[in-house]
Amino acid sequence: MKNKKHLMKGNEAIAEAAILAGCSFYAGYPITPQNQIPEYMSWRMPEAGGSFIQAESELAAINMVLGASVAGARAMTSSSSPGISLKQEGISYMAGMELPAFIVNMQRGGPGLGNIQGSQADYFQSVKGGGHGDYRLLTFSPSTVQEAADLTAEAFYLADKYRNPALLLSDGILGQMIEPVEFSENKFPKLPPKDYILDGCKGRNPRSLFSLMMGPGVLEKHNFKLAAKYAKIEAEVRKFEEYKLEDAEVVVIANGIIGRISKGAANLLRKDGIKCGVFRPITLWPFPYAEIKAAAANAKNVLVVEQNMGQMVEDVRLALLDDSKVSFLGRPGGGCPFPEEIAGKVREIIK
Amino acid sequence: MKQIYCRPESLKDNANSYCPGCGHGIVHRLIAEIIDELGVREKTIGIAPVGCAVFAYDYWNFDVTEAPHGRPPAVACAVKRVLPDRVVFTYQGDGDLASIGTNEIIHSANRSDNITVIFINNANYGMTGGQMAPTTLPGMRTTTTQNGRDVKVSGYPVRVCELLATLEGTRYLERVMVTDPANINKAKRAIKKAFQAQLDGKGFSLVEVLSPCPVNWGKVPLESLKFVKEEMAKYFKLGVIKDETV
Repeated sequence: MKNKKHLMKGNEAIAEAAILAGCSFYAGYPITPQNQIPEYMSWRMPEAGGSFIQAESELAAINMVLGASVAGARAMTSSSSPGISLKQEGISYMAGMELPAFIVNMQRGGPGLGNIQGSQADYFQSVKGGGHGDYRLLTFSPSTVQEAADLTAEAFYLADKYRNPALLLSDGILGQMIEPVEFSENKFPKLPPKDYILDGCKGRNPRSLFSLMMGPGVLEKHNFKLAAKYAKIEAEVRKFEEYKLEDAEVVVIANGIIGRISKGAANLLRKDGIKCGVFRPITLWPFPYAEIKAAAANAKNVLVVEQNMGQMVEDVRLALLDDSKVSFLGRPGGGCPFPEEIAGKVREIIK
Repeated sequence: MKQIYCRPESLKDNANSYCPGCGHGIVHRLIAEIIDELGVREKTIGIAPVGCAVFAYDYWNFDVTEAPHGRPPAVACAVKRVLPDRVVFTYQGDGDLASIGTNEIIHSANRSDNITVIFINNANYGMTGGQMAPTTLPGMRTTTTQNGRDVKVSGYPVRVCELLATLEGTRYLERVMVTDPANINKAKRAIKKAFQAQLDGKGFSLVEVLSPCPVNWGKVPLESLKFVKEEMAKYFKLGVIKDETV
């Protein structure tokens, strides 16, 4: 599969990228629009020598991933918004137990059962907690099928490196979109052997993995340790794309597929002499606060565009600490703006 | 001098947190003896529940992980698929297995996951202070059925072994009680058989252990043992429910 162009759906490309990244365990439960991931995994995973399980529920699936991670495997699950809500239990436990895992959320409209169109309504759930407790989730937002495949490989590496679950936050548009994709050689440094996994205590003392810490001060100490880890990740992992920002007087900030559509809007505006650029956060946690502040320093206006009614815009406001510059365009419930709509909003705010 | 009794290697020399007269300590020891006898301590991974046995890793001298409430079978299923030559077992209470975890236990049994499940039935939620469990007997007082369990309000006690026996995937199901030396020996034989079934690659096995909970039942230990024998064992029939290991 490597070093050759393939025409694939986003969902399938993510599944193949996971296999090539050494994922040897997948458990999932059907939900649209991510079904091509378990379907692909059902034949590809056994071919690659790993285990595929269609679980009885999203709860079981995420806890199978927890178990596979306990046993040392690179493990993943995938779902879409309502199913990801159910998986929050396992995500919180894995964050507490410091277990790596890879989770894909092909977002759909919400709240509730919503619809099956693309959406970015799970931003808060992904980067502000989602599950209970004081933890953080590595969160990646791709804008092309190629980037989804590349980030899948990187997410597995970073999850193992930091012993933390990682989330690919995408949506039905990218999951269903067919584009060329090339799977590259694993370019990540070799990680040390996992010295925390449970595989039988032969030749060593027994180990245990747990998140219940009842002794006085024990959990507080653990939370401080996690916080130090999160600070390290924030310092070391921040990904973003800057597009035509050098002379930009208007900066559009958008992630995922909306970031890609915004680049089209910037090109339309530049034809009319309006200096528009795009800042596209790729990691949503860690969020590139400092980079956004720098990118918008010389701009007169900032427009945040999201497929929800205003979630990431709160982080942009935190980055800028200057609300006078910030405008928002939201398309919730599966709505998706064309470049013309974003360009129109820019024309409106610079008047 | 010949040593005839000692602490099993699979049991750590730690004081446990169980109440006086509780059955958990007995079953912990039985499991430790069996793991030693089968010579599998260094290849065993235990899955502890949420409930009184959550600290099992403080007592067993082999690898043990916690699992979210009710999910040990899902965790065990994955550990076994990743490491098929290891011995994997779950240790679960009645709230964990027969209430919040019914989905997980049913589907693990139905897949015939090659794991061993030790199910402690003490007819209440012990860790949280004695609330009604799915296995609380009709008329039995708990902190959430203060006038006794009313089946019109709360339904009936769940017979887990009989429920699972209808599934093709279950290979060995037995119910025992840890009330006296003869029954404790029977319990040990059943648990050993369940581990042996896994070693032989037979598939899913479960041993249900009727176990006393004196503090939450408001009975002294001797009365609690009598309650297990005379009341619980009447509703939850002892013996082999299903055996397809031969």
